[in-house]
Parts: sequence; C-alpha cells; structure tokens
Amino acid sequence: MTRQNCHPERSEGSFLSPQRSLGLRPRDDNFRFWALCVVMLSLFAFPASAVEPSEMLPDPALEARARDIGRSLRCVVCQNQSIDDSNAEVARDMRRAVRERLVAGDDDQKVFAYMVARYGDYVLLKPPFKAGTWALWLGGPLVLLIAGVALLIAARRRKPLVPPPSLSDEEQRRLNALLKP
Amino acid sequence: MIPELGHFALILALAVALVQGTLPLLGASRGDIRLMDLGRTAALTQALLVIVAFGALTQAYVTSDFSVANVVANSHSAKPMLYKISGVWGNHEGSMLLWALILALFGAAVAVFGAGLPDTLRARVLAIQALIGVGFLAFLLFTSNPFERVSPAPFDGNGLNPLLQDPGLAFHPPLLYLGYVGFSVTYAFAIAALLEGRVDAAWARWVRPWTLAAWCFLTLGIALGSWWAYYILGWGGFWFWDPVENASLMPWLAGTALLHSAIVVEKRDALKSWTVLLAILAFSLSLLGTFLVRSGVLTSVHAFAQDPARGMYILGFLLFVTGGGLALYAWRAPKLTPGGMFQPVSREGALILNNLLLCTLAATVLLGTLYPLFLDLLTGNKVSVGPPFFNATFVPICAPLFAALCVGPYLGWKRAEIWPALLRLRVAFIAAAVAAIVAATAIDGRATLAALAFGFGIWLIVGSLSEFGQRLVRTGFRLPPRASLGMTIAHAAMGVVVLGAVGTGAWNSELMQTMKPGDRASFHGFDVKLERVEGLQGPNYVAERATLLLSVGGKPYTVLQPERRLFTVQRRQVAETAIHTNLLRDLYATLGEGEAGNGWVIRLYYNPLAPWIWLGAALAALGGFVSLSDRRLRIGAPSRRPAVQAAE
Amino acid sequence: MNRRLLFILPLLTLVLMAGFFAWSLMAGRDPASIGSVLVGRPAPRLEVKALRDGEPPLTDALLRTGKPAIVNFFASWCTPCLAEHPLFTRLATRDGAVIIGVAWKNKPPEALAWLKRLGDPYKFAGADLEGRAGLDWGLSGVPETYLVDGQGIVRRHFRGPITERDVNETILPFLKGGR
Repeated sequence: MTRQNCHPERSEGSFLSPQRSLGLRPRDDNFRFWALCVVMLSLFAFPASAVEPSEMLPDPALEARARDIGRSLRCVVCQNQSIDDSNAEVARDMRRAVRERLVAGDDDQKVFAYMVARYGDYVLLKPPFKAGTWALWLGGPLVLLIAGVALLIAARRRKPLVPPPSLSDEEQRRLNALLKP
Repeated sequence: MIPELGHFALILALAVALVQGTLPLLGASRGDIRLMDLGRTAALTQALLVIVAFGALTQAYVTSDFSVANVVANSHSAKPMLYKISGVWGNHEGSMLLWALILALFGAAVAVFGAGLPDTLRARVLAIQALIGVGFLAFLLFTSNPFERVSPAPFDGNGLNPLLQDPGLAFHPPLLYLGYVGFSVTYAFAIAALLEGRVDAAWARWVRPWTLAAWCFLTLGIALGSWWAYYILGWGGFWFWDPVENASLMPWLAGTALLHSAIVVEKRDALKSWTVLLAILAFSLSLLGTFLVRSGVLTSVHAFAQDPARGMYILGFLLFVTGGGLALYAWRAPKLTPGGMFQPVSREGALILNNLLLCTLAATVLLGTLYPLFLDLLTGNKVSVGPPFFNATFVPICAPLFAALCVGPYLGWKRAEIWPALLRLRVAFIAAAVAAIVAATAIDGRATLAALAFGFGIWLIVGSLSEFGQRLVRTGFRLPPRASLGMTIAHAAMGVVVLGAVGTGAWNSELMQTMKPGDRASFHGFDVKLERVEGLQGPNYVAERATLLLSVGGKPYTVLQPERRLFTVQRRQVAETAIHTNLLRDLYATLGEGEAGNGWVIRLYYNPLAPWIWLGAALAALGGFVSLSDRRLRIGAPSRRPAVQAAE
Repeated sequence: MNRRLLFILPLLTLVLMAGFFAWSLMAGRDPASIGSVLVGRPAPRLEVKALRDGEPPLTDALLRTGKPAIVNFFASWCTPCLAEHPLFTRLATRDGAVIIGVAWKNKPPEALAWLKRLGDPYKFAGADLEGRAGLDWGLSGVPETYLVDGQGIVRRHFRGPITERDVNETILPFLKGGR
C-alpha cells in the first residue's frame, strides 16, 4: 500500500520541511531492499529531475519543447518546484498532459492556457503580465527610474561651487609675508 | 546539571546585555567615561556567558543527553559525531542560540579591536549591539528555550533530518549567520553615527572592516548553500530563486552596495545618507530573512517549522530594529552635512550607479519574493513567481552593472573622462567580444543570451586583470595596497562565477536511460557501463548503490557510485549523487528508481564550468579577506586620543 | 520638504510591508492552499469509467440535470477521506444528496472493497486510475469536493476533508437553494 498526494489537516514541518513532494507511483512488492522498512508513510521524494525515460517523447524537438514548458509550470503540491523537478503524482500527470497536448499539435501558448484553465495563474512560474501583476513586473524598473530621477534632481539642486572671494591687497600682502620661507 | 548551567548563563547574558544596552548609551550622551567603558566589560562578559550556554548545549548533543528536549527532537545516538555537533544548530532553538553567540562574539570583537574608536562611538555601537542581543536572548528564553528538559528521558532521540547529515549543509548556517550578524555591527555603527549626528570619513574607515568581514562570510555561506543544493538535489541546478535563497541574496546585494558606498564616504565625504541607509537595510534584510524562514508566511523548501506565534515575535523585533533605525534615519539623516561635489562622470558617479543598480536588484528580488503574499492578501488571487520571472527581470540589470564594473576603477575622483577609461579597456573589450562570438558560433550555433553572458564573464575577468596590470606597470611593479589587490581579485572572481553559471546553466547535457547491470551507453565521448546495483547498510540508513564505469577509448577513466538512501528512523529518502570533477567540468550521476527486472533509471549530466561557480565565490571571499588584511584598515594604537582621526 | 519626504519613504515602505506580514500571520493563511479557479465557471468535462460493474460511464450530463450535485474525489489509501466519509453517507441517506464519487488513482478493486466496508454514498461512481479527470478538475490531491449546481456551474470547492461545519454552513444550504 502506498500513500500518495493526501491533503492532511495540518502540515507538519521540521527543518527542511518534508512537504516537498509527496507520493510515489505504485511499486512492485518484490523489492527486497526495502523489506526492512515499513513503506507506509509517504517517502520523502527528493526532487531529482523527475522526468523518466518512459515519459519522453520520441520526437526530440517536441521533447525539448515539453521540457521547456515543464520548467515553467509549477508543481501544485510541492513547495516551489517545477513539474520537471518533482516526483509527485500530480506533477507526473501534468507532464504527461503537456506531452499529449504537444503531440496533438498545440502551440506553447495553448498548452499553458490548458494548464491555467485547470489550476489558475498559480501554475505559471512566470507570472502573467496583467492588471494584477503590473506592480510586480514594473516595480524594479520603476525603482530604478524613480531613484535615478531623484538623484538627478538632487544633483541639479546642489548649489554650484562658489569660488572664494578674492583677497584684498592688504590681505594679499599679509599672505605673502606669511608664506615667505 | 550542565544544561541548567547553560540556561542560567543565558539568563545572566540577558541581564548583562540589558546593562550593556542602556548604560553606555547614557554614558555617551553624558560624556561619562566610566559608563562608556562599562560597555566593553559588559560585551566581553556577555560573550563569555553565551559561550558557556552554547557549550552546554553542544555538550548535551555530543553526549546524546536525551533528557534535554531539544536533543531528543533533533538527535540520535547513531548519528556520526560531526552531525551531532552540527545538529546543535540544525533546529530552530539551536540556531537562535548560534545567532546569539555570534552576536555576542562580534560585540566582544568590537570591544577588543575597537580600541582606536572614539569612546562615545564605541560605547554607542556596543550598546546597540547589546540591544539586538537582548532581542535574541529574550526570544530564546521566553519562546524557544533550548535547555528544556524532558522527563522521563526517552531511550533515544528522533534522529535528524537526513538532508542535514551532510558536510556542506552542516556549515552553511554558521557561515550565513556570521554574515548576517556581521551586518548587525554595521547597523550599530550606522545608528551610533545617527545618534552622534555625524557621519564622516573616519566613521567610514572604521565601518569598512566589519562590512568586509560580514560580506565575506555571507558570500561563503550563500556559495556553500548553493553548492549543497547542487550536489544533493540531483539534477545540477544551483540556484532556484526559492524565497529563502532570496532572503540571503538580498542582504548580500545591500551589503555589496554598502561596501562600495562607504568608500565614497571615506574618500570624498559624500553619499553619507545613502551609506547609512544601506547599513540599516543590510541588517534589516538579514532579519527579514530570519522572519521569512521561521514564520510560515511563505512556502519554501527550506522553511523551518511554521509557527505564527514565533513569527509575530520576530516581526515585532524586525519592526523595532528596522523601524527604529529608519525612523532615526528619517529624523537625523537630513541633518547630515552634504559632502564633496563631483561630476556625474567620475569615480563617485560610477559608485552611485553601482549603488543604484544593486539596490534595484535587491528591490526586484524583494518584490518577486513577497508579491504572491501581498496579492493573495489583497485580492485572493494566487500567482507564482519563479525562475522565469527572475531571469527576465534580474539578469538584464546585471548587464549594465557588469559593464560599468570594469570601467569604474579607471575613473578618477571628482571628475573624469569616460573615453580614455574605455580606451584602456580595449583589450578586455576585444577579448569579451571574441569570447561571445566564439560561444555563439562554436557552442550554441546561434547568437544567444548565453553567449552574451559568456562575453560579460570574460569582460569582467580581463577588465579587472588589465586594470591591475596597468597599475603594476605604472608603479614600477610595486605591489599595490592590499585593498586594491582585494578589489581586483573580487571583481575578477565575479567573472569566474558568471562563466560557471553560463556554462552549467546553458551548455549542460544530460543522459537519461533505464539501464540494467551490464548495459552500456555513450555520452560525451565517454563509454558508460552500469556494472552493478547493490544494496548496502550505512550507520543509520539502508541504500542502493549503482556502480558506473566511465571509460575513454577503452581505458577506464573513473567510477561513479550514486546512491539512494533510506534513513530508517525518519523514513526519508535522500539521493547521494556521484560527482567527478576536473575543475573544468563536472560529471554528475544520479540513481533513480528501479529494480532488477526492469532496470534502473540512470541520469548522467555533463556540466561544463560548474566548479567555477563556487570557486569564483570562494575567490571573491578571498579577495574580501585580502582587502580586510590591509594594514591601513587596522584601527590605530590603543592609546586614547581625544580628537577624531581624520582620514588623510 | 520634498527632501524630508524622501527620507521618510523607507520607513513608510517598512510599515506597509509589516502590516501585510501581520495581516498574513493573523489571518492564519495557509500558503500552500491554492483555492480553485473553477469556481463560478461551468464544470470541466467529466468522462470517467464507471467504478461499479455494469454501470454506464460518468458523463457531463450528470451535472446538468437541474438538481445540484456533489462531486467528491477520494481514494481508499487516503486517511482524511476516511474521516469525511461518514458525512457523505449521512448527506446521501438523510438529505438525499446526489453525490458523484471519483476514485482517484485508486485500483478499482481496492476502492470497491473500501466502499463495501464503509458504505457507499455515491449515486454515481467513477474510477480515474490514471488521474485524467483529476487533472481536468484541477486536483492537487485527495480528498477534494466540488459543489455543482443544476446548470453545471461549479459553486464551491473544498480542498481537504469536509467537516461538520462545512456540511451545516455550506453544503446543506447549497443543496436546498442550489447555490
């Protein structure tokens, strides 16, 4: 018996939370190395590049596209991983769906739209550029612009260097006297 | 008994810190020398006490004293000794104690090495440092006591997260904390300067060694974390723009800006308010990082246990420290006397540009990290901000930064001309252009961003070295001051990091196959044969290990043995990758799932220039340390001098 | 005056950010929950093989009968599903709810055995061994439950097991009013 993506009531955490990606596919029973262990709880599935040889498309160009798209889609049950990096069941399903859509002839935009229709913008690792995310995309350049403008204004406002008033003759004579070796 | 001693020492340390945080401040505003000197004694005492406390906790771990709750939760008798020790800080309470320890040690360092500082400044710095220590010690004692006992003591502990039983990650927190806490000293200097109402060249000179030290350690800490992620996560990535990674990058960016900004204050008495602001921000961003990791407001693969109550405390502390600092800044900074004038094209101008770009980078990272939270709270919409976002916003700003980096050292103070400086860099420019073209044609087959980035990496290295070379020639082959040497090393090191990142990020290749023992494959000129896959037993885990034989032209080249380990106590699986490096490229193997009947999934990666990422980072830190060792940075004789030491 | 404003800006930014953080901490937000983008939209396609022998496969038509329906994704290996199961049984028997169950990534014999043991509240039941229906419905795991009104529009989404409170405050009113 294996446990896969279950929604627990409250996530338990410890340093380096184990909630990265839960789940395995059903395994064969005759795996003697694990006989010592009780394989009941979700084994911590580390995020190796989880694409398996059996998932790969025969057409290398399509497979490359699938990988690119996979890197830009978020695994919805993991903490901050793309579907290409996650062992989770849902990630596997999503990878399969991406490849099926590519084989069916969809372009990249359509594949992303397919995923967004099901999971929302959350699934895109590159946030879309729309009203809700203008601040995000434009924030950095805006900071640069504002700071640059502020600097320019500050520079302009600076009082220009005023040359010191010239010395009167009396002062000049005293100065010469002082400076004599 | 010993844990109680540690607990008591901690309580005493809090009391001492309270004294250290208040009386010297009073003394500084009154000119009372005895109260000011109290700061030094208190700092040394506090350090001693926290050392005792930390030692007590370490002793509990080393002897596997399972009557201490913290040890039970995070240790196990079967753990190797190295990881028992690193387990001391591999949990929330212990890492907070490490923070407090390093805070106290830095305070003591200021007391010892700051003999040449004016008394009022030193007293204030020690006081601020102590107040920060009060925050952490109080947090420890009231919410996260590492010395709590458990009774009856269990027979054995709950083991440690297997991911932490790794040398790279064991030392990542201490280095990181040395960096974060180092910035607390610069923060204290900034607050002290604002309280004093004076920021001048001397202040900048005193601040520089602490900033350098903090920056070096933070660089090493981040690099170690990145290297750990690379060899443990199993596919050759080294930076994921994860919130906690970003949390350490932001103080680094602010710290780099601070380092350079302080030079302008020192040399030209300008950019004062910006430098003070950066000093406040660098430490504030460190605290923000602590908050993000421990409060649970963000999901992250790194996060500690989520605890909103602790999060509120840290938030309160953050508000106090940062808010207090920024409020003081808003009040006092406008009164700082403006400094020397300069033309836009000048060393100062270049450093302003540097400041501007680094701050923009930090703002971009901050925005990207926190935006999902803010949007969710405001509108309930959920978005993700991942590597594609940062690649589109962060990376492009690095281009003008790198371009200007090499030009800056050629520009004179106050007023300079751009064209002569560029002319002197023509060798670097040509080298960079050639490198980019070679990369575009020979490697990528077309013009790509990777080729451009490769060009930038070469530009950084050759540009820094040519500046150094020309300076050598100009001074008759006399070695320049160590600060300049450090600058050259660090700037060139940035180029090395860029080359490494481009190589392994853009030009890596992967072999992924299901193989049975005896199967062969061909990869990058290597003949790869899976010899066998065997089970084995480690001290606290069982594992499967594959043996891959790589040969070139029939002659055996190397053997890679990746493993998959199952830690029995924690029932967690961890991959042990096998890496062979010749410092120019990494061969990187992982073992996937499988069994004897169908074979195992073997992944083999060829990562060109990967080692240069961390070699470059280490080199940058080395440059920082070289700069730190410059005799001119040593604070002068211990005799008490009444006047402020003016910079020459 | 403008200059002063510039110096206060960092402090203001901090206060704003801290406000958000405090709000987040107090709201008890679970950063991992992503809600469902399907709410308020027509239900996704439902084409699932029947779980129980001899029954026709599930189709979208089941969601547009004019009567509200509950779509519950479950699995026998999932412990929270066990916790919420009695609530569905009660909804089916006492309140006459039309519940469509989909066994997600569950071998049909195991799912059937589980239902046999615990009781079968599902008027219609499907077996989604490969997870295709789950993908269409934006599933990130089980259990997840959707409330679909008579016209086939998704009205509510529950991620995780439903509770007594959900039943009383949301599901029962939904069944009565179709909203």
